[in-house]
Amino acid sequence: MHDLYRRYGKGLTYTFIGLTFFWLIVLVVLPDFKLLEASFRPYLPVADIGGPKDVYSLGNYAQIFGNEVPFSIFGIEVMIAARIKVFILTIFYSGVVTLITFLLAYPLSFYLAKVASGKTLPTLFLLLFVPLWVSEVLRSFAWYIILTLKGPLNALLMTLGLISKEIRWIDGYSPVVITLVYAYVLFMLFPLYNAMQSLDSNQIEAAEDLGSPWWRTHLRVILPHAKPGIASGAVMVFMLSAGSLLVPAIINSTTGNWFTQTIQGIMLEGQDWNAGAAFAFMLLLFCTLAVSVAMRVFRVKLSDIAK
Amino acid sequence: MSAGIELDNVCCDFGSFRAVDHVNVNIQPGEFFSFLGPSGCGKTTILRMISGFTDPTEGVIRIGGTDVRGQRPNQRPTALIFQNLALFPLMPIWENIAFGLEVRGVDKAKRRKRAEELLALVDLHDSADKMVSQLSGGQKQRVAIARALAVEPAVMLLDEPLSALDLKLRQHMRAELRAIQKRTGVTFIYITHDQGEALAMSDRVGVMSQGRLQQVANPRDIYNNPVNGFVASFVGENNILKGNVQAAADGMAGFETAIGTFKARLPETSAGKAVKLYVRPEHVALTNAAGAENSVPVTLTEVAFEGNFITVHAVTENGTDMIAELRNDGAGSVPASGSKMHMTFDARNASLLPDSTTTGA
Amino acid sequence: MQNSRKLIGHLYMAIFLIYLLVPLAVMSGAAFNASKLPTIIPWKGLTDQWFIALYNDNRIWGALANTLFVALAVVIIAVPVGAAGAILVNSISGRIRAVLYGMMVAPILVPGVVIGISTLLFWNQFSVPSGLHLSVLGQVSYIASFVMLLVLARLQSFDQGLEEAALDLGASHAQVMRRILLPHLYPALGAGAAISFFQSIENFNVTLFTRGGADTLTVYVFSKVRSGITPTINALAFLMIMVTIVFAIIYETRRRRNAAIEASREAEARRAEES
Repeated sequence: MHDLYRRYGKGLTYTFIGLTFFWLIVLVVLPDFKLLEASFRPYLPVADIGGPKDVYSLGNYAQIFGNEVPFSIFGIEVMIAARIKVFILTIFYSGVVTLITFLLAYPLSFYLAKVASGKTLPTLFLLLFVPLWVSEVLRSFAWYIILTLKGPLNALLMTLGLISKEIRWIDGYSPVVITLVYAYVLFMLFPLYNAMQSLDSNQIEAAEDLGSPWWRTHLRVILPHAKPGIASGAVMVFMLSAGSLLVPAIINSTTGNWFTQTIQGIMLEGQDWNAGAAFAFMLLLFCTLAVSVAMRVFRVKLSDIAK
Repeated sequence: MSAGIELDNVCCDFGSFRAVDHVNVNIQPGEFFSFLGPSGCGKTTILRMISGFTDPTEGVIRIGGTDVRGQRPNQRPTALIFQNLALFPLMPIWENIAFGLEVRGVDKAKRRKRAEELLALVDLHDSADKMVSQLSGGQKQRVAIARALAVEPAVMLLDEPLSALDLKLRQHMRAELRAIQKRTGVTFIYITHDQGEALAMSDRVGVMSQGRLQQVANPRDIYNNPVNGFVASFVGENNILKGNVQAAADGMAGFETAIGTFKARLPETSAGKAVKLYVRPEHVALTNAAGAENSVPVTLTEVAFEGNFITVHAVTENGTDMIAELRNDGAGSVPASGSKMHMTFDARNASLLPDSTTTGA
Repeated sequence: MQNSRKLIGHLYMAIFLIYLLVPLAVMSGAAFNASKLPTIIPWKGLTDQWFIALYNDNRIWGALANTLFVALAVVIIAVPVGAAGAILVNSISGRIRAVLYGMMVAPILVPGVVIGISTLLFWNQFSVPSGLHLSVLGQVSYIASFVMLLVLARLQSFDQGLEEAALDLGASHAQVMRRILLPHLYPALGAGAAISFFQSIENFNVTLFTRGGADTLTVYVFSKVRSGITPTINALAFLMIMVTIVFAIIYETRRRRNAAIEASREAEARRAEES
């Protein structure tokens, strides 16, 4: 701080502090506090707000229970609240998306970091970036077109003789997973690439020179080095997937609801903002928890994730 | 135009670490003064205090007789040449040089003209519109000097500006810097850990160690009459013998060691202190027979023929390592490793010095 | 062995690019199909009717104007705010730095739904009605994080000695800022502005909850996809992809030119070194 003052003088230093304060306090911290506060308030007609009925309670949070539906885990059928089921499935399938993006991106990032020639690299990256600049809503729409019953995917598979009857792709969670993977695979690719690129190629050659088979080189040399990148990519993809509203809203089937859609329903259709706040807060809490766990498991810092 | 600088009991602490410890020195206007010392000795901190980037914890700094405490860097009549030069990479050369004028509101045509004059002064014609990345190391050096001169400073502060250059260019730039200093008459304060640089360029040298100024003198006296063991060893090499002073008279003394008694000079500053005997390798001769005085029998362990001189490593009977540096006169034979000979030196070339002196305090 | 592995690499890269680009091609193709449903099969003949329909859709142009307005506002706020945050966090150290940095990065990871709802509720208590102005504030809260990260990375390659040199030559603080620091940061600020702009255009979650009744392009396209789908959206998508490609080509040419200039300068410095 003293250093800042010496370099930029009083006026600029206060400007920097003021702008940062506006951002972090007014735009981030205070709204989150308000979210927490509102989540304990009941849904009342305008006339009753501030009146005797306007007292704090856990009522909004209790709304996640109720309306029990069957839910099978490993073949065992249990009864569970519909919203809890959606919450659990959202997290589960976000995990599935994360895993698939990792499996897709790992070989590619290795290729980009260690195999592709330096000359073609900028061009390859440019090509990879093109879909990223195209709006997410349009990318989801593209998959909607591809996956429809009479769409090009089924037509292609039929022509190739791989299937004899059209597959109903838009059913359950698979269309959401397919589209989320497509939408977020690059968020796994770039951090992985960054991590692998910083690995000295000599280490790989040394391992191979010492007689290590390729899979062991990956397991013992490359994967450990890429760990911060994996953590970063995994956290990004998981958060984006769990928090995505656009993709499931466009391409979901009635049997594949996402938790963000539940929140949207309460907020915009039910117009119960306080209950919406409670559900949003639950999502925020869970996300914070998930990031902390990921940081603990991968033993990385937030600054590693944010690369 | 040029100004003198006084450091009056200056100290600087970083937390509990005392980087500069009671430094007193009076630098004359127009002088080329070097602070010489190993890294971490506090010399860079002194430079930063003079330029205003660091404040002294104690003591007073005067530039041209004015106490400059509280003045910011942009208010002081000093110009600093940074170790990495700190040229602005996004400006062409002439804008770099004229930057100090630009911030003083000088109009563009005048700035351009002055920049070209300065480029001529440092022998860099036709480079005004180039970018920094187009220049060689030596050319960047000159641009940095021109940029500092443009603001017509009373004092130039140079923080090891030659350290990034290769040996040949470094030697060339020494002469160049000295010439520019003479031409402009500006006071130069030069920081270096390279004794050759300091001795070759300076009017006076201040040798520093652990935040303290050990000795301030002209280059000849620094080399020939060091006041303590640190100065003697940091500037040039030495053979060092441990022992005790026996009898002293007329600035000379007998010195008793485990391998015999030697005669050597005893400077006044060493009187009454625990001392060791220092004698430089080039003042040591090798003879086949023992000399009359100051003679040590040795076994040669390594003889390195280096062209203009021959370095001989040897070991005494009690295991003390000795070095002699013999001029190659072309006629004499090169002694063989393993042979037993005698090392002798003149008593006037040997000094009895304490490890360090506590100046100031 | 080495070569076959390389071949697999090239092949995989090619398949991956096809995987990324084919959906865009399918979508663009549907824009030219005379079929009433957005699809490429069956192909019912080439048509430009969807582009004409797009041109005549007034709501979409309104939504586009709104989107650009919001994106511009987000750039204007997020770039200085993010840059100030980066400079601040770069100048301090220790625990406060870690906390401040964490607070600045966290908004990226917060779900947009949460940001949208909290922004709506927070301003609503001061009787600020919902609308695009709230969308701007909500978007800035996390988009500034991207700017912060870009500027911080750029600051790490900044030699602070340059600022000291400028101060030493007599520059004022404002001059140091304008002539030394800002020119160094321009690439990061430019990239930050571009990312802010595109992130804002892309944004759906925050906007959906804060927009009030106003449409942005993403929200409008979303509602079109949800309700009656016509290939008008495909026509829009095709145009957007074309714009993206044009920008990509411009970017690539500029990059190559700058690389060439840089290389020639380095060669000259090497020559100067040798002479």
